[in-house]
Amino acid sequence: MNGAPVIDVRGVTKSFDGKTVVDRVALRVEQGEIYGFLGPNGSGKTTFIRMLCGLLKADGGEGTCLGFDFLTGSRQIKNQVGYMTQRFSFYEDLTVHENLDFVARVYDLPDRRATLEKVMAEHGLAGRRNQLAGGLSGGWKQRLALAACILHGPKLLLLDEPTAGVDPKARRDFWESLHKLASDGLTVLITTHYMDEAERCHRIGYLSYGRLLTTGTVSEVIAASGLHTWSVTGPGLQGIVERLTGKPGVEQLVPFGTTLHISGIDSAKLEEAIRPERRPGTDWKKIPSSLEDVFIHLMESSRDNFP
Amino acid sequence: MRAFNLHRLAAIVVKEFIQMRRDRMTFGMMVGIPLIQLMLFGFAINSNPKNLPTAVVLGDTGPYVQTLLHGMKNSGYFEILGRLDETGAREALELGRVQFVLTIPPDFSRSLLRGDRPEILMEADATDPAATSNAISTMQELAQNVWNRDLTGPLAALPGKPGPVDLVIHANFNPEAITQYNIVPGLMGVVLTMTMVMITSLAITRERERGTMENLLSMPARPIEVMVGKIIPYILVGYIQVALILVAAALIFHVPMMGSLLLLLAATFLFIAANLAVGVTFSSVASNQLQAMQMSFFFFLPSLLLSGFMFPFRGMPVWAQWLGEVFPLTHFLRIIRGILLKGSGLHPTLLELGPIVLFLAVALFVGVRCYRQTLD
Repeated sequence: MNGAPVIDVRGVTKSFDGKTVVDRVALRVEQGEIYGFLGPNGSGKTTFIRMLCGLLKADGGEGTCLGFDFLTGSRQIKNQVGYMTQRFSFYEDLTVHENLDFVARVYDLPDRRATLEKVMAEHGLAGRRNQLAGGLSGGWKQRLALAACILHGPKLLLLDEPTAGVDPKARRDFWESLHKLASDGLTVLITTHYMDEAERCHRIGYLSYGRLLTTGTVSEVIAASGLHTWSVTGPGLQGIVERLTGKPGVEQLVPFGTTLHISGIDSAKLEEAIRPERRPGTDWKKIPSSLEDVFIHLMESSRDNFP
Repeated sequence: MRAFNLHRLAAIVVKEFIQMRRDRMTFGMMVGIPLIQLMLFGFAINSNPKNLPTAVVLGDTGPYVQTLLHGMKNSGYFEILGRLDETGAREALELGRVQFVLTIPPDFSRSLLRGDRPEILMEADATDPAATSNAISTMQELAQNVWNRDLTGPLAALPGKPGPVDLVIHANFNPEAITQYNIVPGLMGVVLTMTMVMITSLAITRERERGTMENLLSMPARPIEVMVGKIIPYILVGYIQVALILVAAALIFHVPMMGSLLLLLAATFLFIAANLAVGVTFSSVASNQLQAMQMSFFFFLPSLLLSGFMFPFRGMPVWAQWLGEVFPLTHFLRIIRGILLKGSGLHPTLLELGPIVLFLAVALFVGVRCYRQTLD
């Protein structure tokens, strides 16, 4: 598998009831990479992941996943993939240990007992082994789910919004585990809505209305957007928003607490537009566009392109 | 904040109606179940069964015998299927093809006229006492009075106190007409139908409802492994129920066990399998546990009413009998009553197993076709 990409698919398409949910998506993910999938709700992220692990049949497309044809090899792919669903989907009426033992049996793991003890110790689950999964807090459920996903030593992890509803500390721990796994050679495809998580990925892609709009490292994605951003702090921000809305060159006005980000593609027009607003007392700075600015920009513009 | 606010109440009532309307299946059931009950209770069920199939073994075909047969037909309780020899009649009774066998001795007419009070034998399949009791009392009436017009003049004295003939009634298989002998074995079929269908339909639907199905499908477990794996524990549960009922039947109700228990247990396996297949099919179709539950009832109710468990099978109109023949419970009732009360062997059991196997095959076919291996 050395050198060959773990995921290499092209033209992946899926529609439900005539509505195209995933539209000719091409994706390459190399081994050991953490690839972040971003995009608004309903953009097709979950559908794409479900197609990769054989839960849904793609309508079209070609390519390989883990070296197997992703359309016909879903049985072989399943054996080497760990899939973590958006919603906790282990048995709430089974204990931590019973859940893991069930997974180990389904994958027919040799030396089950030792593997279980090792994984439980690594994820700090040993102390809660006899607790019912239903009684765990969100963070612990997520740990259990991750442990169950990697129990069988998969080569690819598909994580569908694994950190939704999990507190910041647990999220940080989770990402530490992910980076450790990736440095051991595991490939990770993860969907998220959190910008800080996107910045922790080696590469990201932005999906909207089923199309992959942009892909690359965080800085590549920002550079490719061609977005220029000014930030302003000071009094009367709401007035600035009202006056600048709709002005040529101003494409987006996003308040971040006490600062306001003003972005546009055309640098000259943008500066022209904001000149009358640069009054004393307000602090204007040209800043590098943040990932969030870029994503909001992508979201807005893709809405225009695919109504 | 008032303790009771009509607007708040209305909000909840409106919301319930909207949800009720969205769940088409539930709505259908709410209308369908009462309709079915109405049809079944109103038209199909009759606790005073008439036109019971009767075979006759005639040693004498004289006019007096014809009078008796006419009288029986006119009473509405008997439908004379035809003449059989003695062994044929006994077999028909054992297989449950006829409810009664009437035997007229060879010199019947002569004995009657001589005033010898000839014996006529009425054998009844009394496994279900409710099905035969009215017919039997009608028969007693007939034996007393049917020849009133024929026996005139000097013979008029014959219909007197002891009656012109000696009607002997053999209530076969359940001579004391003990209702429990009929109900308790039947209950085994009913309990199995209810639990097997309901439990399996819930077990698989629950996985889907809780989202664990998605996880299960993403793992390498094959659909057939998932299905069989889910069914096996319930087969075991089914046999525990069987054991409980059989022990209770023997120790508490003293139900006779004439036939082979091994044969019964083997036949039970197919019956359990047929019900589990129905459960699996329901669970593939139902989208939540409530629907699965309702579908189980939709199946259970006609099973119960049309199988001959609650009401005599022969009391139902023909269309209802045909409908009843579809349900595994109908045939299982005949099997278990046959084995326990009549001591039926392999042959009659196989005859009733046929429809169960057919049902199982169809249910499995539908179930496997409906089972979704993927989420779409």
